[in-house]
Amino acid sequence: MLGYTITQWLFGILSFLAIMFALMVVFSRNPVNSVLYLVLTFFCIAGHYLVMNAQFLAIVHIVVYAGAIMVLFLFVIMLMNLNQDTEPQKTWVSKIIAGIAGGMMLFVLVGSLKGTEQLNLSSYGASQIGTVKNLGKVLFSDFLFPFEVASILLLAAMVGAIMIGKKEIK
Amino acid sequence: MINGISINYYLLLSAVLFIIGAVGVMARRNSIIIFMCIELMLNAVNLLLVAFSTLHGDASGQVFVFFVMAVAAAEVAVGLAILSMIYRNVKSIDTDLLSNLKN
Repeated sequence: MLGYTITQWLFGILSFLAIMFALMVVFSRNPVNSVLYLVLTFFCIAGHYLVMNAQFLAIVHIVVYAGAIMVLFLFVIMLMNLNQDTEPQKTWVSKIIAGIAGGMMLFVLVGSLKGTEQLNLSSYGASQIGTVKNLGKVLFSDFLFPFEVASILLLAAMVGAIMIGKKEIK
Repeated sequence: MINGISINYYLLLSAVLFIIGAVGVMARRNSIIIFMCIELMLNAVNLLLVAFSTLHGDASGQVFVFFVMAVAAAEVAVGLAILSMIYRNVKSIDTDLLSNLKN
């Protein structure tokens, strides 16, 4: 259809939406709007994962990021009552310098891509490493120890967050 | 090529998302927005990891993304707890007011 496959259309639309929503995250005044645009960005990235047949990661991405982390952000923003635009802005000079620094970083990153050639590993067709079964096999055989350590990390983070956030008992 | 899309496009997309996150960290004063831009940078790297994992047929990339998500969740929990404490003490989350260690 119009010289591009449906996958390429999907990639183009998802990329355009992801970049647009990411720009809205950075440039919107109201923090609540930023959070909502970030949720939309996460959905676009999950769409990218689905296009690459990384099914498990797409679902985990939505559940963990859009379902838990963004809800945490919203709680904190509502707690601090940041609904109105009460934040002072950085000076114009700071913003321009940030833009120039970002532009130079983009220039370097894109320039580093210039000399690369097309990788010829053609894995045409849906690869099967992203399914739950295959990913689970690799996770629980080769990466068992990091998996257990990650669970301890989550426990430590939970305890740490509660201890930091406690009100002092007078 | 992944399903007809060259890997360079994924590299470019990930680079652009990373740069947008980096500019957000540099150009905003609100600590929560800075936090969200850090999450955006992490997501750009995740996307690139999954792309290369699909390209090479190696599942290690996707397992790495799994662990990056776990670490990001832990980091958000602790970071927001710290932000709440700061807000309780200073009554603001403006990063320009949090310069007690200067001088």
